[in-house]
Amino acid sequence: MKAVVKGSAYVLAHVPEMVIYNGTTQTTERVVNPESEYLKEIRNHLRKYEDVLAYAPNQCYIGSICPQELGEIEFPWYDKKIEQNNRYSKFGEIMPEEEFLILMQVVDEFDLVFLDKDFVAKFKEQFSKCEIVSEHMLERIKEGHEASEIKRLVEEEHAEGLYHEGELVGCVRRAHDIDQNLNAHVMHENMVSKASSVLALAHLIKNSDVPVEDIEYVIDCSEEACGDMNQRGGGNFAKAAAEIVQLSAASGSDTRSFCAAPSHAIVEAAALVKAGVFKAVAVTAGGSTAKLGMNGKDHVKKGLPILEDCLGGFAVVITQDDGKSPYVDLDYVGHHAVGTGSAPQAVISSLVTDPLDKAGLSVLDVDKFSPEMQNPDITKPAGAGDVPLANFKMIAALAVKRGELERSELNNFTKEHGLEGFAPTQGHIPSGVPYIGHACEALTEGDMNRVMIVGKGSLFLGRMTNLFDGISFMLVRNDGQSEESSAVSKSEIRQLIGESLRAFAENILEKAE
Amino acid sequence: MDLENQKRVLDFSEKHGAENIVVLLGAADGEGAGLAAETCMAGDPTFAGPLTGVSLGLKCYHVCEEEVKSEFDEAVYEEQVSMMEMVLDVDEIAQEMQEIREEYCKF
Repeated sequence: MKAVVKGSAYVLAHVPEMVIYNGTTQTTERVVNPESEYLKEIRNHLRKYEDVLAYAPNQCYIGSICPQELGEIEFPWYDKKIEQNNRYSKFGEIMPEEEFLILMQVVDEFDLVFLDKDFVAKFKEQFSKCEIVSEHMLERIKEGHEASEIKRLVEEEHAEGLYHEGELVGCVRRAHDIDQNLNAHVMHENMVSKASSVLALAHLIKNSDVPVEDIEYVIDCSEEACGDMNQRGGGNFAKAAAEIVQLSAASGSDTRSFCAAPSHAIVEAAALVKAGVFKAVAVTAGGSTAKLGMNGKDHVKKGLPILEDCLGGFAVVITQDDGKSPYVDLDYVGHHAVGTGSAPQAVISSLVTDPLDKAGLSVLDVDKFSPEMQNPDITKPAGAGDVPLANFKMIAALAVKRGELERSELNNFTKEHGLEGFAPTQGHIPSGVPYIGHACEALTEGDMNRVMIVGKGSLFLGRMTNLFDGISFMLVRNDGQSEESSAVSKSEIRQLIGESLRAFAENILEKAE
Repeated sequence: MDLENQKRVLDFSEKHGAENIVVLLGAADGEGAGLAAETCMAGDPTFAGPLTGVSLGLKCYHVCEEEVKSEFDEAVYEEQVSMMEMVLDVDEIAQEMQEIREEYCKF
């Protein structure tokens, strides 16, 4: 039985105030250099919601334009507005800040998110019109609190402020007086992750025609950890988000491996479905406040807007074979093993060419590769270069070394088998998975046959190991034949060949006689 | 250069003496390599890390520069670096590194 990708969702939440108050570049700067020019200047570089909607990489992420169309727009992209500037698209949406703050309160189970009652009154109706907001979600909206109470909580009780257009409009309270794992900062970070995961999951359910009762398991692959002082990463974001979107039949768990986690999670999900453990498994990830404005200093220094002003989320659902959706080829999964080593050459070999060798394929047999898909508009001004392009060049260089590609074809390869980067630099979000939505279209309605998703992660950041990490898998066009029927035809073929050879041998013997 | 790496560079310099340290970089472009080298020689230009205002003047090389490449066992270099060497703009990186060394290197 094949495990197929039946649907996907991609969401962004525009949160400019969180850039200032919660992005670690900014929070670090306030500690180290509180009077810096950067902190004085940053607010002048925040984008309006309308500009975020008209920003080409964002529309590519939610599916209004494909990566090829993005590539046709002259680089850089930050100074251009495109016509496709809708909030909603086929994969998801770009939610405005005021609605995202209400969503944070909606997903809160422990009365930790307090919103100003005037703020709630002003934006509740707007929130109710959001495409994915259910009756269940609306019933969870609370009336709100007095502004003076919220101010007191922030000033006297270490609550983390929630802001909109420069004004304090709410807060996330600490969940424990002394436990650092439940302090207001951590609860804010986790509530944001949960809310954006809920947004992605809700769009996934809307986008795919998978009955909710079929989704029996959810895997969260974001980068945060929830737990208390006795089990800091105890979990479980997956089940918490599934509860809000009423996936009543689902259990779930969290998978972590920095940026590689989404690819790990999809391989796990596909394996669970293929093994028949669950009918359908959803993979989901919310966004990260820490990374908002991560390269902000370089953007401000170069006169650019702060481009890392959105939280990212995505969700994918894997089901049993429907005969048409692309399947995850679990026979040839690439993985970075403990003994692989960390040189780029070793990493790319383990993730790209090793599985291809096992499958008897060459690098050129893969129509598109989707490695780290960071938007170069964000990374280039910060001196980190064009990350996807660097990956495609590495794959091409390996193909040259293997004799599969002429060196003169190296640049062509990056165009033909590569993609423009369009994902927000939200850690785990850009790693391989942003292309799955577009890939599924190309593998069904388009002319592609095979796409490789490559997730990579830097584990040293956790200070537990210096090992690199990564896992890759291929999405393959579904020819409609089940693997069982393919297996039968293979055995039939073998039988036919056997019979022919016997007849041929008998014929020769007869002639010899 | 991230704050933790700046701290390691500073710690090594204090422990072994700045004149005994060589910093080996693997950045993917000239600008990135130059920025890291400047941090190790002139101090952190972003004024954020432990090397802010600390001019160690360390010897910094990119792994693809000829001076470093010639020190390697050829087989090891072929296995570990040759693929990246094909991808990188080695001339641009080498020029950037040379310029930074001429300006800030003390050894």
